[in-house]
Amino acid sequence: MSCNCGGNDCSKNSRRDFLVTSLLATAALAGCSDKKNPFIPEDEVVPSGEKVKLLSVDGEIIEIDKAFLKPVPDLPHLSNSEERKGIPGKKFVMVIDLARCKNLRKCQEACNHMHHVHPGQNWIKVLGMEDSDHTAPYWQPTTCMHCDEPPCVKVCPVDATFKRQDGIVLIDSDRCIGCRFCMAACPYSTRVFNWEEPVLPKEVADQHYSCETSLPQKKGTVGKCDFCPDMTRKGELPHCVSACPNGVFFFGDMNEDTVTNGAETFRFSELIRDKAGYRLMEDLGTKPRVYYLPPVNRNFPYQSGLENEKPEEKTKN
Amino acid sequence: MENIAAFSNEQITRDLLPQKFGRRGMIWTGILVLLCLTGAYAYYRQLKYGLVVTSMRDYVSWGIYISNFVFFVAISLVGSLITAIFRLANVKWSTPLTRIAEIIAVSAIVFASLIIIVDMGRPERFMNLFLHGRIQSPIMWDVIVIGTYFFISCLLLYFPLLPDLKILIAFKEKSGKALNKLYRFQGSFWKGTKEQFQISDKAINILCIIIVPVAFCIHTVTSWLFATTYRPGWDSTNFGAYFISGAFLVGAGGVVVAMYIFRKSYHLEKYITEKHFEKMGRIVVLLALLYLYFNINEYLIPAFKMKKPEEAHLTQLFTGEFAALFWFAISIGMIIPILILLFKKGRRPLPVFIAGIMVVIGAWFKRYLIVTPTLLHPFLPMQNVPESYHHYFPSWEEWAIAIGSLSGALLVITFFARIYPIIPIHEIITEQHEEAEKK
Repeated sequence: MSCNCGGNDCSKNSRRDFLVTSLLATAALAGCSDKKNPFIPEDEVVPSGEKVKLLSVDGEIIEIDKAFLKPVPDLPHLSNSEERKGIPGKKFVMVIDLARCKNLRKCQEACNHMHHVHPGQNWIKVLGMEDSDHTAPYWQPTTCMHCDEPPCVKVCPVDATFKRQDGIVLIDSDRCIGCRFCMAACPYSTRVFNWEEPVLPKEVADQHYSCETSLPQKKGTVGKCDFCPDMTRKGELPHCVSACPNGVFFFGDMNEDTVTNGAETFRFSELIRDKAGYRLMEDLGTKPRVYYLPPVNRNFPYQSGLENEKPEEKTKN
Repeated sequence: MENIAAFSNEQITRDLLPQKFGRRGMIWTGILVLLCLTGAYAYYRQLKYGLVVTSMRDYVSWGIYISNFVFFVAISLVGSLITAIFRLANVKWSTPLTRIAEIIAVSAIVFASLIIIVDMGRPERFMNLFLHGRIQSPIMWDVIVIGTYFFISCLLLYFPLLPDLKILIAFKEKSGKALNKLYRFQGSFWKGTKEQFQISDKAINILCIIIVPVAFCIHTVTSWLFATTYRPGWDSTNFGAYFISGAFLVGAGGVVVAMYIFRKSYHLEKYITEKHFEKMGRIVVLLALLYLYFNINEYLIPAFKMKKPEEAHLTQLFTGEFAALFWFAISIGMIIPILILLFKKGRRPLPVFIAGIMVVIGAWFKRYLIVTPTLLHPFLPMQNVPESYHHYFPSWEEWAIAIGSLSGALLVITFFARIYPIIPIHEIITEQHEEAEKK
């Protein structure tokens, strides 16, 4: 909600506060011509008499008539070229703490729900890993690695999958020809294919396609974990991060050197250093943007995760 | 060509002019058309419902369409072997085989392109390859070299056909009105003057030289579709040479089979002689040995090291789920043909024909074994997916489309042989004269 506080009609009290305190407003006023005075409402607003308290930019409480509040319209659609460029100044990174995972699959649920992933398919897989016969098994949530040297992007013949400047690897389902070369090229087997017409609720099916929401998904094209750039653009965390009750996923910006799981925030570099973070298949040279913290001092025993396995899926081959 | 030298020009022309389908020809064509229509119906279903009608899923994302594609590209290489390499090496005995080889090449490359479009999830976006093409993708390299190869192969089919078209036009009453119109459209400008022959010979020579590297490219690039990935069984620097040697083998096998069938059905014993089978048999055995060598490289060396991802893949091939098919393909595609063809008695027409069939069938399954088992052995374990994702056996739609495309290629060859002389008449006559002069 934003304040559409008109100069004349606003209550004296709040108006004075507003004008005195708001640096932004002053700056805006200086740039305004008479015609476009932002303090004159576009249409007549009758004060309702009901007041709401708002926080001004420098932290003071101001009181405004409710009638002057109006909803912010949805952000305009980004153009395809903006979506391909990414969010300026960002370098997104994820840290997955294997010591905290007990295969609850809340990440998977939230991701599948929000992205309308085809039943049976998953963008996030929680793999029951055992590196060799005598090493301890552990649960490994696996997303797209958003590699800095993405093998999938290298092989795409039509630039349908691409690397953005903020580090995210996305798919443009409006351009994908469905050759599935990227699926063969990805060593992490992270990509899924829309083998049939996706079943979508009408409002999702009708919405404008965006590479950032990856919605609506399209038949005959490839899909995968997208690091939820629509959420990050709003300043929110990806769905898997906020859905995990155990705080397994940390998401953040490498430029700010900060990652958070919503409840805790760490310096990325310190976290990786102190907990000996690593990346998957380093030897392939793909340079993933997803880091793992080894499953040491675990919060849960491995066995506690076995009960969450779906009967139709076998863990061990 | 000493045994042909006894025949007059008229006799040769009469023998080699295209003939109407007999009863067997009609049945053969009818069956092929039916198979093609079944394939077309299966493709209609695939267009309607999506690739879900196939058995491919997220792990096995390439199935028999891609192995069929590799097979087609492989067999098409023979055009360059028989036509170009033999011509440049001044090998004369292969003249009656050049057109057979070249039409196999053209029809196979056409169906290779079609089958790759069938494999696409969004075939209607094919133009994106040109609108948004990125040259760093091996698929773009394939589009470029296959396009080039198709173009050169068509020309290599067409130029040597021109003198024959003149002969065909002359025999108007035999070919009928519609065909005569076609011949005129294609070849009425050809007068057979000395200058025209000079230009044509020069053009054919140039094409023969440039088709060799292009042919190497099409199959090397096709092998790179696999070798540019990290996957066990594909991650090999040997793949280009391995694929090319296999391609020449299946192509030579295909020519041997076609030779035998054309010889029988058109009574061409005077032109495709036992000597041809003897020589082609030698070539097939040489190529089979070469391919066997590459196979030993490709399977035994990784098996010696048994790196973890390779281990799962190789044990599945040697003793696991794919073992029966693997040993079948190795023995029928290489070992048995080698054993047959190493002996002089084995290089008579019928055993060569049988060995040729074995090579072709073995090669088809070999391509399947190159594509699919690898995909069932990803680096990370296959979990969180339905049980059906762990296996692959092609659906009826996939079989129908694959068989339909193979039938389509055979149909193109069949119709070509109906319309044009499958053995170059003019070149046989010229060579006969040259032989006579030598004597």
